[in-house]
Amino acid sequence: MEVKEKVIWFYACKAEDVPANGGVCVKYGDQQIALFNFTRRGEWYATQNMCPHRQQMAISRGMIGSEGDEPKVACPFHKKTFSLKSGSCTSGEEYSLKTYPVKIENGKVYIKVN
Amino acid sequence: MKIVVVGNGMVGYKFCEKLLAKSSTKKIELVVFGEEIRPAYDRVHLSEFFAGKSAEDLSMAGVNWYTENGIKLHLSDPVQKIDRSNKTVTSFKGITESYDYLILATGSAAFVPSIPGVEKDGVFVYRTIEDLEMIRDYAPKAKKGAVIGGGLLGLEAAKAMIDLGINDTHVIEFASRLMPRQIDDAGSALLKSKLESLGLTILTNTNTTKIEGEKAISKMLFANGSSIDVDMLVISAGIKPRDELAKNCGLETGPRGGITVNEKLQTTDPFIFAIGECALYQGMIYGLVAPGYEMAEVVATYLCSGEKEFTGFDMSTKLKLIGIDVASFGDPFISAADARHIVYEDANKGIYKRINISKDGKELLGGILVGDAEQYNMLLQTCKNKIVLPPNPEDLILGSRGGESAGGAGVLSLPDDAHVCSCESVSKKNICDAVIDGAETVDKIKACTKAGTGCGGCVPMVKDLMVHTMKAQGKYVRNVICEHFDFSRQELYNLTKINQLKTYDDVLTTHGKGDGCEVCKPLVSSILASLWNELILKKGNDTAQDSNDRFLANLQKGGTYSIVPRIPGGEITPDKLIVIGEVAKQYNLYTKITGGQRIDLFGAHVGDLPAIWKLLIDAGFESGHAYGKALRTVKSCVGSTWCRYGLHDSVSYAIRIEERYRGLRAPHKIKSAVSGCIRECAEAQSKDFGIIATEKGWNLYVCGNGGSKPQHALLLATDLDSETCIKYIDRFLMFYIKTAEPLNRTATWLNKMEGGIDYLKNVVINDSLGMAEEWEKEMQSLVDNYKCEWREVVENPDFQKRFGHFINAPEEKDPTVKFETMRDQKRAAEWK
Ligand code: SRM
Ligand SMILES: Cc1cc2nc3c(=O)[nH]c(=O)nc-3n(C[C@H](O)[C@H](O)[C@H](O)COP(=O)(O)OP(=O)(O)OC[C@H]3O[C@@H](n4cnc5c(N)ncnc54)[C@H](O)[C@@H]3O)c2cc1C
Ligand code: SF4
Ligand code: FES
Repeated sequence: MEVKEKVIWFYACKAEDVPANGGVCVKYGDQQIALFNFTRRGEWYATQNMCPHRQQMAISRGMIGSEGDEPKVACPFHKKTFSLKSGSCTSGEEYSLKTYPVKIENGKVYIKVN
Repeated sequence: MKIVVVGNGMVGYKFCEKLLAKSSTKKIELVVFGEEIRPAYDRVHLSEFFAGKSAEDLSMAGVNWYTENGIKLHLSDPVQKIDRSNKTVTSFKGITESYDYLILATGSAAFVPSIPGVEKDGVFVYRTIEDLEMIRDYAPKAKKGAVIGGGLLGLEAAKAMIDLGINDTHVIEFASRLMPRQIDDAGSALLKSKLESLGLTILTNTNTTKIEGEKAISKMLFANGSSIDVDMLVISAGIKPRDELAKNCGLETGPRGGITVNEKLQTTDPFIFAIGECALYQGMIYGLVAPGYEMAEVVATYLCSGEKEFTGFDMSTKLKLIGIDVASFGDPFISAADARHIVYEDANKGIYKRINISKDGKELLGGILVGDAEQYNMLLQTCKNKIVLPPNPEDLILGSRGGESAGGAGVLSLPDDAHVCSCESVSKKNICDAVIDGAETVDKIKACTKAGTGCGGCVPMVKDLMVHTMKAQGKYVRNVICEHFDFSRQELYNLTKINQLKTYDDVLTTHGKGDGCEVCKPLVSSILASLWNELILKKGNDTAQDSNDRFLANLQKGGTYSIVPRIPGGEITPDKLIVIGEVAKQYNLYTKITGGQRIDLFGAHVGDLPAIWKLLIDAGFESGHAYGKALRTVKSCVGSTWCRYGLHDSVSYAIRIEERYRGLRAPHKIKSAVSGCIRECAEAQSKDFGIIATEKGWNLYVCGNGGSKPQHALLLATDLDSETCIKYIDRFLMFYIKTAEPLNRTATWLNKMEGGIDYLKNVVINDSLGMAEEWEKEMQSLVDNYKCEWREVVENPDFQKRFGHFINAPEEKDPTVKFETMRDQKRAAEWK
């Protein structure tokens, strides 16, 4: 028997709705996803919105930037930082963020969930 | 090889850690028995439990650490029997383990003198987390407290009583002075008067003979016939080594307790060692943690077939007791016949210092510091390493008066093997080597040498050593901002100004590399705001702001925001008060009077911020910039319009000052206050700049600070008229904004300024840099450019769009936000 993974690319918002080099929070059912428009690198990223440190819904309001070549986001609460690529915590904690693939088509942003 | 450790306290834990580090290649089976319910915790900082630290915060390592390192840990299970001939131990729960080597790290218990009545309710000791829990739970019932013992632990317990709200507390000491083992009569007298000023009553030469009360304690009787009423007593009269196991299996113990050991820490059975507070070495119990760690090191080295001996340990200590520094080192008590004493005493400031110097004036033998122990580290090192004294040894305690700070040069004069961190026995050489190997931040040095991870007292020295080592390697030690900008803040400020850059991205492209980060983004944003005073949310600059600035409000626990309207000088009309009340009611906000003479409204959803501000702005309020590194409040006292002592109208002047500098952005927040006379009800001398009325005008004070390291402001100029005073403030603030490092308040900025306040006076009053005119002009343009940023948001629908939680559901609030109820208002739900 073959089980096919159910893949959904859901429409989040218009690309122009997301501020340059900043993030917004996207609602997907009961979930909250942080979406980032990394204009400087011409890249888009999405992660869970909840910061695993104190369970705050805040990652989308964090500042983004880089450490070496790794793109990262800093939680606004206590400035724990996470890689936008892998979700791992770049300030040395065990926990990490879940990340989601993002694509832009015709000025619309889609996030892949499953 | 199988090793069993009895006792999982600070030293027992440290032994495991050290053994693991040394035995990497050897196969060792390690079993630990602990009597307490939790693994080893930091007893030295036990009192911080009352300051809100949890048992978990105090923990040295969690249970996981033991599992991950293959250590078998039995908690809540004291060892009850040692069978030396079969080499086994048996625990309370009946577990029997064999051993090749047995380590006794059973520590000590509080010594409780046999006073009739000690068994009554309300009598406690002060040793474990459980003791503190019981004290905390009992305290609300008690009004009058007492502590038996005026030593280190007794005074800590007394402080805990005060913290628990028992303000009427007696300290009862048998000897003729406090801390008899650390300090002399004069130092002790000074400490006593300082403690008394905090509300403690100190009874020396007092011997308790009886504790009275029905079920619980209610009275203490003393040998001199007097008595006091008490509801609660903590006994802290010394320690009693836990040597019962050793005694029962026939090991030699001392007449007053303690397990006898040799320089290898071996007991009279060569397969059994004793370390920490239970070990008796040459007739002495070492009741501090550093010697215990050294003992752990010796045994761990020995068992991994190394050579090391314990040769006694320096008992020098530095403590902070109830906020008062107390230190003693070397031989503090050596008599005038054998040494020269230099004594410095300032009863007014509560400072006493004594150093003992060899008769030939060459060597420091010991000393005592009360009230100010800044120089402790240097003195201890000078004493231990027999460094030859300078021609004027009094400089050691008076500090170098004027000129370069002596601290830096002092560090260099230490020999390589000087113990800089005594808790972890890290030498100067260890630290310098780590720096040479690339540990170029204090955090990295801590991680690879462990220096500074114990009591933390040596951290400033570690930092000095780091800077000196880097300089010695020819490295230019510069305060660069972060990996994206190879400049100091001041350099970047000038570059941004010269090149007329207006956005974060332009600054990064022109002068930086990479994509920025959470350190340089707010810093550059602040520079841009200080330079151009444009709306900070403009031109894509919004996402380079700290979260608080980006949403023009303070982010709170749970993800809601707080709102602080400006209330200049703290003056507010009844109508405006009513509006605040109405807005708070409409949006269900928690309200509180702040420490800055205004009102904070907490718990607003991000999407409600523009609507709330619309109501406030319509009523004549404007942003209070509580979220920005900007001017906060200018506090005022009531002044001459009502106060019978008032010399000038401090409220009007405070409002004028606050309205002049509102919205001004700086390297850190700026606070001010104006007092109407020298009674100083507005606390102007604790502000970045403070103004106090005199008969003839205003005195201007600068560079004060509250916060965790309070510092009094210093007098900059006297008897100024209102215009000149403002002119000086303009110059002072522009100088600060241009030259301070990021997140340095004015006090810190001044502390780093060569030449100090005299230099600053020269710049501000005498215009020694020739910049005054330009600065005044720049300030005037910032003042003229001021706009309330909330008004701009309220008037601009595009800005308002940014204030929503979900981009794809703009009307919805964050459903995860939770509140609880407390005293008829809401509060943020507690986080985990
Ligand atoms: C609201 C208030 C407490 C209160 O309910 O009274 C407060 C609340 C905060 N203070 Fe404060 N401080 C408040 C008056 C003070 C005062 C008293 C004063 O201003 O007279 C001080 C000591 C005076 C001083 O600053 O020199 C004070 C010294 C601090 C410090 C330490 C600053 C320092 O230089 O060491 C911080 C930390 C910092 O800024 O880095 C701080 C930081 C904070 C922060 C911003 C912490 C944070 O990042 O979340 C708190 C924000 C809570 C919030 O979300 O609103 N707060 N804080 C007070 C607001 C006053 C106002 O009307 O704006
Ligand atoms: C409030 C307070 C403040 C202090 N402040 C300082 C300070 O500022 N500086 C400083 O250097 N020192 C300070 N000390 C002293 C320091 O805490 C001790 O020197 C240190 O804890 C000694 O470590 P240890 O492992 O020898 O003993 P402990 O930490 O007492 O550990 C011994 C452990 O062994 C357990 N045990 C005993 N018998 C058995 C058994 N038969 N089987 C199993 N387990 C057993 C005990 O329950 C305990 O958990 C302070 C102490 C206190 C109480
Ligand atoms: S002192 Fe200031 S920063 Fe600390 S909890 Fe109180 S309000 Fe927050
Ligand atoms: S909640 Fe994110 S860092 Fe603390």
